[in-house]
Amino acid sequence: MAQVKGKKAGFGAVLWDYLTTVDHKKIAILYLIAGGFFFALGGIEAMLIRAQLAIPNNDFLSAGLFNEVITMHGTTMIFLAAMPLLFAFMNAVVPLQIGARDVAFPFLNSLGVWLFIFGGIFLNLSWFLGGAPDAGWTSYASLSIASPGHGIDFYAVGLQIAGAGTLISGINFATTIITMRAPGMTYMRMPLFTWTTLVAAILIVFAFPPLTIGVFLMIFDRMFGSNFFIVEAGGNTIIWEHLFWIFGHPEVYILILPAFGMFSEIFSVFSRKRLFGYSAMVFATVLIGFFGFMVWAHHMFTVGLGPTANAIFALATMAIAVPTGIKIFNWIATIWGGSIEFTTPMLYALAFIPSFVMGGVTGIMQAAAPADYQYHDSYFIVAHFHYVIVGGVVFALLAGLHFYWPIMTGTMLSEKLGKLEMVIFFIGFHCTFLIQHWLGLWGMPRRVFTYLDGQGYNAANMISSIGAALMAVAVIILLINIIKTLVKNEKVGRDPWGDGRTLEWSLPIPAPYYNFAQTPLIRGIDVLALEKEEGDGTIPSAGPVEPIHMPNNSFIPFMISLGLFIAGFGALYFASGKPWAIDAVADLPVRPWALYVLIAGLAITFISMGVRSWKDDLGYYITKEELEADLRELEARERGAN
Amino acid sequence: MKNSWTKTKFIMLMSVLTMFLAGCGENHLSALKPAGEVGRQQFNLMVISIAIMVLVIVVVTVAFSIAVFKSRRSQLGESFKPKQIAGNHTLEVIWTSIPIVLLIILAIPTVYFTFQQGDTTEMVNAKGEPNQDVTIINVTAHQYWWEFEYEHEGVVTSQDLVVPTGEKVFFNLKGADVKHSFWIPAAGGKLDTNVDGVNSFFLVFDDDKAQDADRLFYGKCAELCGPSHALMDFKVKALEKDDYEQWLADMKQIEEPLQADAGDAKEGQEIFNNSCIGCHAVTPTGAGAVGPNLTNFGDRELVAGYLEHNKENLVDWIKDPETLKPGNKMTGKYQLNDEEIEKVAEYLMTLKVDEGTGDKSKLRETKDEGGDK
Repeated sequence: MAQVKGKKAGFGAVLWDYLTTVDHKKIAILYLIAGGFFFALGGIEAMLIRAQLAIPNNDFLSAGLFNEVITMHGTTMIFLAAMPLLFAFMNAVVPLQIGARDVAFPFLNSLGVWLFIFGGIFLNLSWFLGGAPDAGWTSYASLSIASPGHGIDFYAVGLQIAGAGTLISGINFATTIITMRAPGMTYMRMPLFTWTTLVAAILIVFAFPPLTIGVFLMIFDRMFGSNFFIVEAGGNTIIWEHLFWIFGHPEVYILILPAFGMFSEIFSVFSRKRLFGYSAMVFATVLIGFFGFMVWAHHMFTVGLGPTANAIFALATMAIAVPTGIKIFNWIATIWGGSIEFTTPMLYALAFIPSFVMGGVTGIMQAAAPADYQYHDSYFIVAHFHYVIVGGVVFALLAGLHFYWPIMTGTMLSEKLGKLEMVIFFIGFHCTFLIQHWLGLWGMPRRVFTYLDGQGYNAANMISSIGAALMAVAVIILLINIIKTLVKNEKVGRDPWGDGRTLEWSLPIPAPYYNFAQTPLIRGIDVLALEKEEGDGTIPSAGPVEPIHMPNNSFIPFMISLGLFIAGFGALYFASGKPWAIDAVADLPVRPWALYVLIAGLAITFISMGVRSWKDDLGYYITKEELEADLRELEARERGAN
Repeated sequence: MKNSWTKTKFIMLMSVLTMFLAGCGENHLSALKPAGEVGRQQFNLMVISIAIMVLVIVVVTVAFSIAVFKSRRSQLGESFKPKQIAGNHTLEVIWTSIPIVLLIILAIPTVYFTFQQGDTTEMVNAKGEPNQDVTIINVTAHQYWWEFEYEHEGVVTSQDLVVPTGEKVFFNLKGADVKHSFWIPAAGGKLDTNVDGVNSFFLVFDDDKAQDADRLFYGKCAELCGPSHALMDFKVKALEKDDYEQWLADMKQIEEPLQADAGDAKEGQEIFNNSCIGCHAVTPTGAGAVGPNLTNFGDRELVAGYLEHNKENLVDWIKDPETLKPGNKMTGKYQLNDEEIEKVAEYLMTLKVDEGTGDKSKLRETKDEGGDK
């Protein structure tokens, strides 16, 4: 209980602590809370979509509002829910898994989370300030330039702010994993979750700049009178599609690879068996990341790029199936001959294999370009990507939440409620999305706010909506579980699942704020399992107890992000009513203050950065005596518990 | 564990369903009921890929189910210590190479059909001009309606596309305002109507399949294009070559707007000429107009692309297009009272092209004059 140090902190003090924290464990909590909030928001939007589509000719949502809801559902789920929730687990687990004191750049870690939170808030404020973006999460240029009002501007600026946070976090994790591993933690001893995080972080570093550029061009066009995507003025809208998908395809691997990593850990722990084909798994991960950059145009088979481009990208896309297949078979070989305990995380992991395979095979079907001319932009695609993203990423997030909950909070979620949640979610998921494959083949395009009676779509849409309601029930059960667990607050000790194999389970729960009192020495793969096998499960130390250098908390990341958030409003309203502006905003009232808001916001950001640069903040040391006292206290506590 | 067996059964059921439902869906609308060569090739490619994928799913599911079933701790007991295996080189090679073989099987027809379906060289002759021997239709997509111009005949129509059966029909596609996508699921896959340039492809409509669909296929916009994207449907009338040419000839002979005889329709025509004709042509010419061409409006299948074709719906549409098609470009462009709208509707319903009155040989003559043969 190092961080409390005997006295109970007041609410204000806790709040200030979280606003200024640079501790990866607390930043993980921030990501979890904010990502969870946006996940709920995106889920509500999904429910609205399925309510509208439950029956033909429905007028529950108007056409324009429906487009806003689908756009925000997609954007929120990808950028504000799935990725931040993965960052929550990366933050909570990766530094502990590699024996690091913290991430490489704790200050940047804090900046990343605050940029994401402010970007997400900015995007969602569009609901209250004249309407949300309505051109789909892909925001294709001709429609997004034509879309009236400021909705698309909220999308562009919000994503730019949140995207900067993601890019920073990507750099941070890549650096952390490359440079901060404990002695003996060689690359080929790293747990799979660390490996997939490393590859995903590198993908972020290469994939986000194209998005940043695309969104900047969009911002310039919509807010500052440039013509990148305005065809009458010599622009080209296809460039947006390329930039978006050069980012967008690696993005799905940024999501799914860490999910693969978590499942690898879960399979291994609850089968009591080391991962089968570890080096093949690592190889497959790297290969998927590499191929991920060469297939973006399969999202554009119907754009008219010509048969040569379509054929090349079709073949490249098919190639990705090979490393993905390697992973699936190695997971099966991992549980084969193991000793399986059916915990909630394991149930999710087991459900993931058939579900994800079904999503994966429809992906290969789409790689056959001429057949994709039929699937493209139909409900078949909606079914496919929900199969991989829900059946892959969301299953992993829910599995990870149950699995890593003890590390993050020191308590255990109820297994009974967890299993109930898993079963309902699993049934609801297949009920919602399986039938959508056929809807697409029967000719139902995606992103339609309604459909006419008499086309044979009615029953299938009703089934789909019922399934969506089941998924909502499962999420509500999860919420009840979380609240009950937090209220009960029954603390658990080290290695609460009993079969932890990797370094993060070797730490006391909660982990001390400095993580490891002594740098651990890693003697092999699955180090905790190894030490349990060969001794008492104590991880040997690489050196004596030494003073630990710690960074100070800082309010500056919050201020930098706040400045960009304010500047965003200035940029957004800058073109309003100006004669040179695009038609979409030329008729809106002029906002003379916009320029000043833009300047003031940027000033806050740059002054904050200046303070950070010129004011030395050397951090502090935890003395050897404090560390030894902590160790003694811990020993006494654990002896007492036994 | 019971759970895994439920899953196995579930997935097997899905495989059977795939095969079963391949014969399902509506004749005029379903990609699973291909109406011509292009759609059929795509359907065959789907069947090949589904067959391979069902094989994959079955193998994975069987292996997975055995693995789970054999390895339950409840059966093995708490004391069972699994053997720790680092990996197996042979197995890795097997499950790497078999998928590669399967993918090559799928890749060959994929590449073949991609090039075959992307081949539009027939559209131009040796001099690079439009080939007079093939049917070419220029499609322009607007928010939220379709314009169709017959390249060789110069006939312009909208919303109801008329095509000949039994031959390749070539399309030149472009978007007038934002990007749309041209999709007739029964005939074949879609192609986008970009605002940046023209896309070309071809579809084929078989005559017997057209008959099965009562000669009327559904077309849809497949790319999100604004609030009324969902309502941007169109109809495709697939006629035998003779009937198709007769229809073109009937259309082509209309050089002056059809005159309404008397009464409300006559008054409606005057109102139309004062308020509507700026955007809507009533002769089959003038591609690129602001609004849909209405020359043969009385013959059309639908009002506003999705409502049943009757006068009440037409009146409702003219009165309040915004409610029926949010975001359309017609709202607020005219001021007519209810009485005037009734009359305009009456007039528009009379705009029928007399069947069989056109001279097909004239169609050919013009065609020959315009060409270089």
